[in-house]
Amino acid sequence: MHKKLGTFALFSIGILAFWLILFSFLPNLLVLFSSFMTQGESEFLVFDFTFSNYIKIADSLYFSIFLSSFKIALITTLTTLILAYPFAFILATSAKKYRALLLLLVIIPFWTSSLVRTYALIAILKTKGLFNALLLWIGFIDTPLEIMYTQSAVYIGMTYTLLPFMILPIYASIEKIDMRLIEAAKDLGASTLSQFTKIIIPLSLPGILAGATLVFLPSLGMFFIADILGGAKDLIVGSFIRNQFLTFRDWPFGSAAAVMLTLLMFLMLYFYSRAAKNISQKSTL
Amino acid sequence: MRKVVLSLKNISKSFDKTEILKNINLDIYDGEFLTLLGPSGCGKTTILRLIGGFESPTSGSIVMNGKEINSLSAEHRETNTVFQSYALFPHMSVYENIAFGLKMKKMPKEQRDVEVKKALEMVKLFAHKEKKPSELSGGQQQRVAIARAIVNKPLILLLDESLSALDYKLRKEMQLELKILQRQLGITFLFVTHDQEEALSMSDRIVVMNKGNIEQIGTPKEVYEEPKNLFVAKFIGEANTFTCTLLEFQDSRATLQYKNSVFNLKCTKELTHQCVMIIRPEDFRVEKNLEDVKSNNYFAGTLKDLIYKGTTIDLLIETPEGKKLRASEFYNEDSDALGYEVGQQLYVYWVEGWEVLLSNA
Repeated sequence: MHKKLGTFALFSIGILAFWLILFSFLPNLLVLFSSFMTQGESEFLVFDFTFSNYIKIADSLYFSIFLSSFKIALITTLTTLILAYPFAFILATSAKKYRALLLLLVIIPFWTSSLVRTYALIAILKTKGLFNALLLWIGFIDTPLEIMYTQSAVYIGMTYTLLPFMILPIYASIEKIDMRLIEAAKDLGASTLSQFTKIIIPLSLPGILAGATLVFLPSLGMFFIADILGGAKDLIVGSFIRNQFLTFRDWPFGSAAAVMLTLLMFLMLYFYSRAAKNISQKSTL
Repeated sequence: MRKVVLSLKNISKSFDKTEILKNINLDIYDGEFLTLLGPSGCGKTTILRLIGGFESPTSGSIVMNGKEINSLSAEHRETNTVFQSYALFPHMSVYENIAFGLKMKKMPKEQRDVEVKKALEMVKLFAHKEKKPSELSGGQQQRVAIARAIVNKPLILLLDESLSALDYKLRKEMQLELKILQRQLGITFLFVTHDQEEALSMSDRIVVMNKGNIEQIGTPKEVYEEPKNLFVAKFIGEANTFTCTLLEFQDSRATLQYKNSVFNLKCTKELTHQCVMIIRPEDFRVEKNLEDVKSNNYFAGTLKDLIYKGTTIDLLIETPEGKKLRASEFYNEDSDALGYEVGQQLYVYWVEGWEVLLSNA
């Protein structure tokens, strides 16, 4: 790549670089910087270098927040995977003429802010909401279920919001599978189950991995879902950081938590890329 | 009478109202190398897919070892396919690819290992058993695909244009190897190709197909030397065709007129008034002088072009009526008898009986 870049290319890269530096790199640098500062009485930060914010995080109380947050993220990832896989498979194997429409239906929710959609979920999940009304009407239950402000509500909200992020990469990887391989497997006597476990799932592993990453990482930080649907009973890392900044006004501690979260995400991305490389080495054709 | 492994009975197949196969009847004998030959779109691959269980016939029945298998799904059929694109599993090693079918059959591991290793030896890939298909050359991938199929000892091995992706030299080698493999194993091979040379050199019998119909079934010699119709004659090998008028038919001899020439030829079958005479280029003999022509049936013409082909030389000769004839002569470096020149007057004749006479359909 020693080609000389044109003016347009330089211009567009310039805008992109400017954007990333101004709105991503510098704020992150500020967060990193403030995580080593001290909380002040009247101002947000006192320029007094310290590691105490990080030492505080290691405290079991705060550590448990990280842990429960990981648990929520993990369960969310699993539920989205279980729901998204069949969805993506049907999508990828549906007739070509319907596929564009079905994909559009997956993408439409993105057009509305996820905050608004989370509020809409309240209307569905609340005691006298649509979901309970439906179950009562079918006769499945006699008394309305208490879903709102429970952990279930948080899982439902998370799963709902993040589902497309799991569907799309899995869809892409299943769609890429040469359907003649399925025929070959059938020809060699593979049952429908074996065709899935031996051919389709192994070959869609890159999509599963990408989807899991795209769901797991954001679900660590989606504090508004836990707040709105879970009644902020369960603290996730995202809400914890938000609280440090907006409620307790402890910017350095919030920053330290944010830095920790970022580091953990980087660590997971590293493992992801290693795993992805492993898979692609295993199955290149 | 040889044992029939599989028969197609009145098979028709339509896709979206287009008829791909029209009332196909075909018996496949145990242990034979049968080739379906035809231009692309003739339905030969569809026959293979019907037998493999990937399509079901619109009407008719597929009978295997006396049992109708129309509704039997692909995974339960005793056929295995070598796909055109090989369709090797990219995430499995060569060994795992070959072991796949036996694993699905739940063959015990020790026995499976023996069988897979035998198959690996057979296709000379033992040294590559741990490699992924992507690390192999086209010819090696081809061999894996063959090994993956034959290790299951199918009643019929289906080969779908399996050699067409290989280059000329490799294809020739694989043709020979396949033929040897088939003899060793005694498995029935059903081979699909559009390459007539490949069909002639490998098959015990050839099924020539066109537009969803079977045009002729016969040994390579039969379809080449006694084509049943013009399509077969033209599709297999090169042919000079002459549309003639039957002037007289008496005592098993036919008098035919082609433009300004009249020929008297032996003929044992009924001919229509309009008929076709076919002569293969290699059946023509070319002379420079009329005295040397040893037959009453000949054409005179001028040499338009010479095509050197190594072992043979092709002559393009135009008669005064404008008919272009193709004759091929063996090329002999030591003899100067072949010293033809473009523009030269030549006489082309053939030994009576080497021509093929067909009624006009």
